[in-house]
Amino acid sequence: MPKLTIDGKEIEVPAGTNLIEAARQAGVEIPHYCYHPGLSIAGQCRLCMVDIEKTPRPTIACNAQAADGMVVWTETDRVKETRRSVMEFHLINHPLDCPVCDQAGECWLQIYYMRHGLYEPRMTDEKVHKPKAVPLGPHVMLDAERCILCSRCVRFCDEITRTGELGIMNRGDHSEIGLFPGRELANRYSANVVDICPVGALTDRDFRFQVRVWYLDSTKSICPGCARGCNIEVHTNRRRPHHAEGRRVARLKPRYNADVNRWWICDAGRYGYGAVDDKSRLRAPSRREGEAVADATWEEALAAVAGTLGRLEPDEVGVIASPRMANEDLFALRRVLERRGIRRVGFRVPPREPGDEDAFLIRADKSPNALGAALLGLDGDVAAVLAAARARQVKCLWIFDHDLLAAGWDEAEVDRALRAAETVIFTGANANATSERAHWVLPAAAWVEREGTWTNCEGRVQRFRQALEPLGQALPTSDILGRVLAALGVAAVPPRAERWFRDLAAAVPAFAGLSYPSIGDAGQPAARGAA
Amino acid sequence: MTGERILMRNFDRPDSHSLAVYRETGGYTAWEKAQGMEPAAITEEVKASNLRGLGGAGFPTGTKWSFIPKGHTGPVYLVINADEGEPGTFKDRYLLERDPHALIEGMLIAARAIRSATGFVYVRGEYVEPWRRFGAAVREAYEAGYLGQGFDVVVHRGAGAYICGEETGLISSLEGKKGWPKVKPPFPAVRGAFGMPTIVNNVETISHVPHIVNRGGAWFASLGTRTQGGTRMFSVSGRVARPGVYEASVAITLRQLIYDLAGGVTGNGRLKGVVPGGSSAPILRADEIDVPMDVDGLRNAGTMAGSAGVVVMDETVSIPEALMVVARFYAHESCGQCTPCRESTGWIYRMVHRIVEGHGRKEDLDTILDVARRGAGTTICAFYDGAVGPYISYIEKFRDEFEELIDGAGTRAVATPAPAAG
Repeated sequence: MPKLTIDGKEIEVPAGTNLIEAARQAGVEIPHYCYHPGLSIAGQCRLCMVDIEKTPRPTIACNAQAADGMVVWTETDRVKETRRSVMEFHLINHPLDCPVCDQAGECWLQIYYMRHGLYEPRMTDEKVHKPKAVPLGPHVMLDAERCILCSRCVRFCDEITRTGELGIMNRGDHSEIGLFPGRELANRYSANVVDICPVGALTDRDFRFQVRVWYLDSTKSICPGCARGCNIEVHTNRRRPHHAEGRRVARLKPRYNADVNRWWICDAGRYGYGAVDDKSRLRAPSRREGEAVADATWEEALAAVAGTLGRLEPDEVGVIASPRMANEDLFALRRVLERRGIRRVGFRVPPREPGDEDAFLIRADKSPNALGAALLGLDGDVAAVLAAARARQVKCLWIFDHDLLAAGWDEAEVDRALRAAETVIFTGANANATSERAHWVLPAAAWVEREGTWTNCEGRVQRFRQALEPLGQALPTSDILGRVLAALGVAAVPPRAERWFRDLAAAVPAFAGLSYPSIGDAGQPAARGAA
Repeated sequence: MTGERILMRNFDRPDSHSLAVYRETGGYTAWEKAQGMEPAAITEEVKASNLRGLGGAGFPTGTKWSFIPKGHTGPVYLVINADEGEPGTFKDRYLLERDPHALIEGMLIAARAIRSATGFVYVRGEYVEPWRRFGAAVREAYEAGYLGQGFDVVVHRGAGAYICGEETGLISSLEGKKGWPKVKPPFPAVRGAFGMPTIVNNVETISHVPHIVNRGGAWFASLGTRTQGGTRMFSVSGRVARPGVYEASVAITLRQLIYDLAGGVTGNGRLKGVVPGGSSAPILRADEIDVPMDVDGLRNAGTMAGSAGVVVMDETVSIPEALMVVARFYAHESCGQCTPCRESTGWIYRMVHRIVEGHGRKEDLDTILDVARRGAGTTICAFYDGAVGPYISYIEKFRDEFEELIDGAGTRAVATPAPAAG
């Protein structure tokens, strides 16, 4: 472990650490464009220059490894002048179109110009012109004039997805990023190039022109799109509700987690948030009698649900839980089942089409919490529950989230089961063909409207936080179940998700010792041997 | 002062490029001798000769060879840089066309010294005839059994980019990638072509090696100056009576080269300036030509020996126009990898162009000088430092010529306002 000094601070770093990372550990930020910790060293932006004692001129920090006894200065006059020069070079051919650029507000040209540039502009000649608004693929738009040719996007496609769609064409100040002939930037991780683009050259076709980034709020969350549980940030627009056609979730961005997804997420996950603000959202409890559907109050709905559960024999109730439910919801559900002695329960519903999978992040299981549901012991046979309903042994079916009519089962068989049950209850955030068949609908908050935890395919328990208020009268599923429990006469029901999790950790060995603070932002592994 | 011709000794013989003629004049005897020498002894002999790289950088050749990591067990590559692209330089093409076997013999010896089994010769794309001649010589050498017995030669053609003459740009290109110079460290001797230790030498440098082996390092060293041995080939062009390639001791002065060998200055007969080492070398004024042409002699004169491309300008030559031509070249050939070079070569060209076109502004010259100085030394390779040589020296040494153009523009500016600053 080499020991070195950066701006007078002595630190010890693992062998092979470069000076940008070593400085970060010492609390010193070295400005840079082309360097990215997930990609190979390019050394071409020339912004990360530092002074190393006993070297004749400033050196790029990205390609210099920390060495024992090295003395590094990041703020000498010479370094500051070099940065100013490099900033000027980066900007002479830049269109300076910040007022119409989506990157404005999160652009590293703006940030570093203010921190390290601040020179008097002296470029008075015609700038080099390049292609603008070039779609590279379904998600990414290129403005070659804004590009600083850091080559991060090229290296991403070469080194991470290994699809190699992008290259730098031409030479000198006519160099530009572009697609190789006949190619399209359509790999399953393509939009990550927008995240790693430090400027406004690559923008997100889904997000561009929707809302200014300074109106967005960021919330730490987990992608619900598959069992990987990639760590993400949910960017929400609450301050300009008249923008973006009322979309509250403006975009999802990957959040670094060394053990899960590093810096990346897949495109399917990134653009999979549409259901949150979709017209299909269930906003109020409702009741169906024959063809007539009418809104109901929570009191009416809860009284009806608790009344049904309390009236029927345990074997007359079948529950189809969902691997989209949070651990807290599943534990609350378990309490309901225990209270009534209900044993006909399961959560695995086969998809109509098998999910795609790859060797990187994407998992075939498109639900975020199948392992959590299994660890909580809800792994009964759903097909048997439906068969019992068809045989009129089950009088009440309580279905969470699933659209059983769009599952990998014979639709007519499912239909017969739904018809046979006297009472069908549906709990979920969005309407579907199954919810339309329910007698009682209990609207649940979407994942961004509440907090909770999921257990990913590797057994990592991860927290997602509340970014928005629930739509309409929707409630977090754990709250709904808590209210059902209260209606069933249980006195001490946990008032919120964190308390549910505390009870869960005390009761389920796999979660023993875990708590919201200990899970933190990066998650914690469940004790899988205890499952 | 001109002395014996070594590299060019066979140039005037008919069929000098053939194996038969090469053998008649003592060809491949050095290779026979070298086969009886330890690799380290060959390197020591080359060190003793004070042979320095003749492609441009002037690095001591024997020292470069000794940078191959000790104990390395995988392949080692010898790469010959025949991507002769420095404006004003045309010597390597003569060697490839007229004495290709000297290069092959030099490669055999160098490969023995660095324990390489494979050599690559990267030939400039525009050099069609040199490529044909050299390729034919390689086939002859295979048939005669010089090649293919533990050492193979691959001839690779470039596609016409100046940057591929930079040794790591050349390696990238050879590897099938865009010809972008590589970030150093690691240096090629440690991690070069295809990730293996690689020595990159110029055609002329390696063509000297057989003579050093045959006649001894001390003999070669005695031909030159204290810090650089031997002769080299000077490409002389521009306003001289007899332009062409001249072989002479590296100790020859620029004056001797222009007046004794190249027949003196033409045009109006009065010298204005000389570029002594290819377009990247800072220009010398007429009163600065009493300098020896070796690496250190020219360095002490504030310029560089470079590739020994000597471009002579008489008093009728416009220095701003000459700088515009040079600046256009560097703007066109910058590979675009590093920001300072990519952005400022184009910017500077546009400024110089504007001055020449009569739209110069008085702050332009200081802006060019400042931009050039700020970018110098901040890039991956030496390309930009090479561009800075002419930018700064042409303006500093001939500033009055630029100011005259700008002052003329000033009177016109009354009618045509300068574009708004932006």
